[in-house]
Amino acid sequence: MSTILIIEQVLNGLQFGVMLFLMAAGLTLIFGVMGLINLAHGSLYMVGAFAAAAVAGLTGSFFLGLVAALAAAALAGAVIEIAVIRRLYDAPHLDQVLATFALILIFSEGTRWLFGSFPLFLDIPDALSGPVTLPGGIEYPLYRLALICIGLAVALGLWGLIERTRIGVQIRAGENDREMIAALGIDISKLYTLVFALGAALAGLAGALVGAIQSVQVGMGEPVLILAFVVIVIGGIGSIRGAFIGALLVGLTDTLAGVFLPELFKLFMETGAAQKSGSALASMGIYILMGLVLIWRPTGLFGARA
Amino acid sequence: MRLDERYINAVMIAGLLALPLYALAVDEPFTITLVTRAVILALAAVGLNIILGIGGMVSFGHAAFFGLGGYAMGILAYHAQTYTALDLGFISFEGTKSMPLIWLVAMVVSAIAALFIGVLSLRTSGVYFIMITLAFGQMFYYFAISWAQYGGEDGLSIYIRNDFPGLNTLEPIQFFGICFVILCAVLLLKARLQASPFGLALNAARQSAARVQTVGMSPMRLRLLAFVLSGAITGLAGALYADLNRFVSPAMFSWQLSGELIVLIIIGGVGRLMGPVIGACIFVALEHFLGGLTEFWHIYLGLILLGIVLFGRGGLLGYLTGKEGAHV
Repeated sequence: MSTILIIEQVLNGLQFGVMLFLMAAGLTLIFGVMGLINLAHGSLYMVGAFAAAAVAGLTGSFFLGLVAALAAAALAGAVIEIAVIRRLYDAPHLDQVLATFALILIFSEGTRWLFGSFPLFLDIPDALSGPVTLPGGIEYPLYRLALICIGLAVALGLWGLIERTRIGVQIRAGENDREMIAALGIDISKLYTLVFALGAALAGLAGALVGAIQSVQVGMGEPVLILAFVVIVIGGIGSIRGAFIGALLVGLTDTLAGVFLPELFKLFMETGAAQKSGSALASMGIYILMGLVLIWRPTGLFGARA
Repeated sequence: MRLDERYINAVMIAGLLALPLYALAVDEPFTITLVTRAVILALAAVGLNIILGIGGMVSFGHAAFFGLGGYAMGILAYHAQTYTALDLGFISFEGTKSMPLIWLVAMVVSAIAALFIGVLSLRTSGVYFIMITLAFGQMFYYFAISWAQYGGEDGLSIYIRNDFPGLNTLEPIQFFGICFVILCAVLLLKARLQASPFGLALNAARQSAARVQTVGMSPMRLRLLAFVLSGAITGLAGALYADLNRFVSPAMFSWQLSGELIVLIIIGGVGRLMGPVIGACIFVALEHFLGGLTEFWHIYLGLILLGIVLFGRGGLLGYLTGKEGAHV
């Protein structure tokens, strides 16, 4: 097992982690500010990917595709917030789960109806295709490296938005005391729509970026959504910092376990059996991580509320 | 129109029995299979309703137990039909085609899994609980996919339906009979449970955990016991479902199924004895008739569900009896 392979896999894990962060950040923001669990977040991821694939296919420009993904996901987010989600803020969690589950059904079948059941393909832009040589002589795909950079830049931007701007102050105030912030003359329903659309845009961006390395198809959002749940359970619901740390932990655990557990098992088992049991155990890796964190801290690493 | 819930329940049970008998008389075996499917889904949802309706715990991972029950049946029958031994490393035994034995294994395995998931996830509540149960459900899904020995992604086919002493289970009406009797038995159990001291305490723990604690009972222990019981019943339903289709696949673990089980309960009415049964019948009917009309019937299911959540609290039973019923 060479150092190069290890570094490559760590980079893959980071890339996976920062994309999970884009999903988890929106979810945790929406929960933190509005107290809402949004199962349809995966649908917004899918909307972003389809918008990017459709626009990039028509215009031939990946960049325009990204813009379309952000716009479409933010728009879809704002529309469902105004039409449905708004009525659920004070409802029990069961109602939120059911209504957003209903939205998944509507989005998924609606997309299937519009685009058909066959996956679409989104090509990596020419400027970002091909490998790049890192210091130390490691060849790594440039696009994946770009994903890591975009993810980190978005994380930094989000931190700046929340910690350093007026909107950020309002969002943080909204987390602490809804009624007080309304009493201070801030239009709370507009703020909620804005936060929801922001979360949706982040999910759409992740969908478009990941769509270029996987296929764009109906149902692509839900596996990522469930991983994002694992991320925010680990990080603590409502905490952006927790989402970031949790996303990197989950990304690295999943990637590294998939590669190294079978290798580890080969030390004391025959190759075929080691491959099988190693990959079976690796598929459970992140859930075991989640279980361990729960035993240690039931509200997650950075969670305050129960 | 305000109806007494008891009459609706009686009509429902009678209808559930009459429809397959009618189908038998006019020789429409497919209808019998359809009703059997509804009965089994109802059984799974009755299991879930123990924790959802009485205990107020929204488990979004009950497909885990449904799938475990299914795989318990699949694996035992697979070893029986291939005449191979099931080797667990420290112990090795033969597969079986006997339904009662398979049910026992399915329930024990599901109960053990529910104990593990329950111990971890019941440390939390609310949104955390929903997300964690969903995540554990998904863990089993991926595990089943990567478990190549038992078909991996393709699942396992069982050639002949398992045996029940004295009955010919290959006759759809006889298999229906087995499922129907089990459903009635479990409904009776649920009714008794709800009125028992344990059921009352569990209900109290939903309404005010602090007060239950104050009178010296442990809400955690009550919930865990309910969770294990609920998992075992849903596991039993999974074993029957696998026998109905003579096929198990990772799809039995899918999160959509967990969602659909909750939906069944909501359509019928949360916390009501027959809520899951009515919900399952409506669901299977919608799936059959809407699914025959359009490939995209899930859109309509979504719209109906959205309508129920936003405007029609209490489900169909709540509407018919004029009471909203238990809230979660």
